[in-house]
Amino acid sequence: MKKVSLTIDGKEINVEEQTTLLQAARAAGIQIPTLCHDDRLAPHGSCRLCSVEITSGKKARIVASCVYPAANGLVVETKSPRVVKIRKVILELLQASSPKGRVEELGRIYGTSTDKFEKELTFCILCGLCVRYCSEVKKADALGFIGRGIEKQVVFFPEIALKSCPACEGQCFSLCPTGILPNKFARSVPSFGRSQPTVFPVRLWDEENFLNLTRNIE
Amino acid sequence: MAKKIRSPQELLQFRKKVVALKEAAKTRIIVSGGTCCLAKGSKRIFELFREELDRQNIADGVELISSGCHGFCENEVIVVILPEEICYMRVRAEDVKEIVSRSIIKKEIIERLLYKDPLTGEQFIKEGEIPFYKHQSQIVFGNNRFIDPKNIEDYIARGGYEALVKALQTMTPEEVITEVKKANIRGRGGGGFPAGSKWETTRNAPNNPKYVVVNCDEGDPGAYMDRALMEGNPHSVLEGLIISGYAIGAREGFIYIRQEYPLATENTLHAINQAREYGFLGENILGSTFNFDVEVHRGAGAFVTGESSALMSAIEGRVGQPRPKYIRTAVSGIWGKPSNLNNVETLANVPLVINKGAEWYSSIGTENSKGTKIFSLVGSVNNTGLVEVPMGTTIREIVYDIGGGIPGGRHFKAVQIGGPSGGCIPKQFLDMPIDFDEFSKIGAMMGSGGMIVMDEGTCMVDVARYFLDFLSDESCGKCVPCREGLRQLRKILMRIVRGDGEEGDIVLLEELSEVISAASLCALGQTAANPVLTALKYFREEFLAHINEKRCPTRVCQGLVSYFIQPDRCQGCMACLKNCPVGAIDGGKGLVHVIIQDKCAKCGICFEVCPDRYRAVEKLSGEPVPVPPIPSDREISPRRVAR
Repeated sequence: MKKVSLTIDGKEINVEEQTTLLQAARAAGIQIPTLCHDDRLAPHGSCRLCSVEITSGKKARIVASCVYPAANGLVVETKSPRVVKIRKVILELLQASSPKGRVEELGRIYGTSTDKFEKELTFCILCGLCVRYCSEVKKADALGFIGRGIEKQVVFFPEIALKSCPACEGQCFSLCPTGILPNKFARSVPSFGRSQPTVFPVRLWDEENFLNLTRNIE
Repeated sequence: MAKKIRSPQELLQFRKKVVALKEAAKTRIIVSGGTCCLAKGSKRIFELFREELDRQNIADGVELISSGCHGFCENEVIVVILPEEICYMRVRAEDVKEIVSRSIIKKEIIERLLYKDPLTGEQFIKEGEIPFYKHQSQIVFGNNRFIDPKNIEDYIARGGYEALVKALQTMTPEEVITEVKKANIRGRGGGGFPAGSKWETTRNAPNNPKYVVVNCDEGDPGAYMDRALMEGNPHSVLEGLIISGYAIGAREGFIYIRQEYPLATENTLHAINQAREYGFLGENILGSTFNFDVEVHRGAGAFVTGESSALMSAIEGRVGQPRPKYIRTAVSGIWGKPSNLNNVETLANVPLVINKGAEWYSSIGTENSKGTKIFSLVGSVNNTGLVEVPMGTTIREIVYDIGGGIPGGRHFKAVQIGGPSGGCIPKQFLDMPIDFDEFSKIGAMMGSGGMIVMDEGTCMVDVARYFLDFLSDESCGKCVPCREGLRQLRKILMRIVRGDGEEGDIVLLEELSEVISAASLCALGQTAANPVLTALKYFREEFLAHINEKRCPTRVCQGLVSYFIQPDRCQGCMACLKNCPVGAIDGGKGLVHVIIQDKCAKCGICFEVCPDRYRAVEKLSGEPVPVPPIPSDREISPRRVAR
């Protein structure tokens, strides 16, 4: 494999070609926050929290480090003021829909204000970790995305979920970075984990769960 | 079954034969048949012409053609009679008999059906003399009006597939690329990326096979240039695509057509079949060693698939959502193979460049934007339709010379260019030339060619809100800045138009816009804040009026408008009372009417129905509603009524 040499936060780093900026930085001990990244899964590039600023030539621009490939001569800033501001706004946006768990932790680190944006609680940040884990690792495809834009959601496909979820016992839940949903949800579906669940909610936040959760959080 | 054309000589002979046949017909009747024409009944009119010609026993000497869109969409159905070049507009089914007996047989002109300039009252016989057309230069779109899109012979008769012959016979693929680069065709889909460079990157990319793709997923509100080309002259796009395939070294091409364009799909499929029959697609095209074929891929109703990586995902059979493009699709596109994507209009320009040469082509336009651009001119303008102008034409020329200005004596306010990724260009830039770089300098974007004219009655905050509505629905929802950012941008704008805007909202809009533009995954998100940013840049005072004074200067935003009946103008006619859907008007015969503000739904019906001679209902914004007269003062004296 060919090696490339780049600079991250002033440090010269040599990595193999095809390495992403995130991998390169982490290998050099530089921490970049992520929400949708998992080493076992193909990079998704959806949370944009791992945004970094790169300069090649005169132009500086923002890229997602989890998908951007390392290249010779690249100058990368992982903590420039612009990057920090972008992360802060992204976290503030996410806190409007999912104010707990990892989002909350990171929000504290970045000093976000929790009421900057109007709340619209969905408890899902659509990072796709559950969907991708189910598809890429478990090869089960029991859940997926439906809808688009601001209506996008994660759903279980009941026909598949009925067959494959019991054996897996909800490994996808432990990946969820939103904190509140998985535990509450797992408990709120008593049949979960048995060999024959009788009812399986189509949506992660089906109406009843949603109301319960909202009550718990407020 | 048509005979396969196996060599350039055969094509030449075939063309001669077709042209001779066409000339044999003494008269030609062309009925426009684009989607908008069909909506006005052009199919029925076409059939009636056929019946009438048969009935009068003159069908033999007359060629009847159903063409594509002529561009002057508000005056459909258009009927042109050749060789006299008589052009009739707004033709209806009941006019057909008269046209045949008077204009075809007796060669008379029916004045009633001629185009009459609404401003000067002047009438025109020939299509080309009409101001709307006179100021255009339709080098790409012009053939639309002569060609039956379902008949390849019409296209061949007008020099079709000549460029393909020239490319295959006399040019190497590299030479074709050089020519396209020299002509400097820039992507008409909006980005303005030089097509030649894209072709070169794809050709030089190490992987094989390579693919060439047409992007006909036109989705900008108010834009339909690509539809009209694809419906009216599909072979011109197909020829451009085949040439691009030859230049790049692809054997397979895709035409991605949005689901909402059934006629474009139908005509394209038809064109592909005909091109196969005649040997322009398939193995050993025109006797050369070049093999190429095309497949049509229908979209499934998403705006975002107009973005290249999303479109390619869709072709692969996956969800049409963008993926990170740090490696360009020209290098790694469909199934990870080098894929070249061009817009419909870009490819329709290619045969012109090959036929007439890069030098001719680059003599049209400005220094860095060559050729022409087709715009769909819509909104508050007298002449709406498709216009093709050389780059460098000013917005003023398009709106006033071609578009005939703003109707009803109202004033120009702005023109929205570039769709949801573009912005509103205000009055002070009316004399700005159409140019990719000039547009981006002022924060707008050439875009695919939607041009929505807005008059003084348009609220720019509301326009920004409209585009945000559109985008938050059409975003794929994958990345956070775009999905959540647009959700919040929309919420803030809704708040402002509702009258609940707060101090700091403008700063918040700007901060959010900056993050959305910088951090979003694809071009949709990266440009999604443009409508807000240009509105804030050029119409900031309107935002301030909404937020600080709770006033909508144009009185458009329902939440900031109140209706009031002027007591001294009300004649007690009861029109408003009868039409109010919520019973919010108190009155009676001979009484001054009063709007009960608490009940009013602000639908504006009272404002609309109050007779013009009274104009008693007023729209107010940002000022308190006057106290209505006390009951004893509400009787209208007979003297006042008589007056």
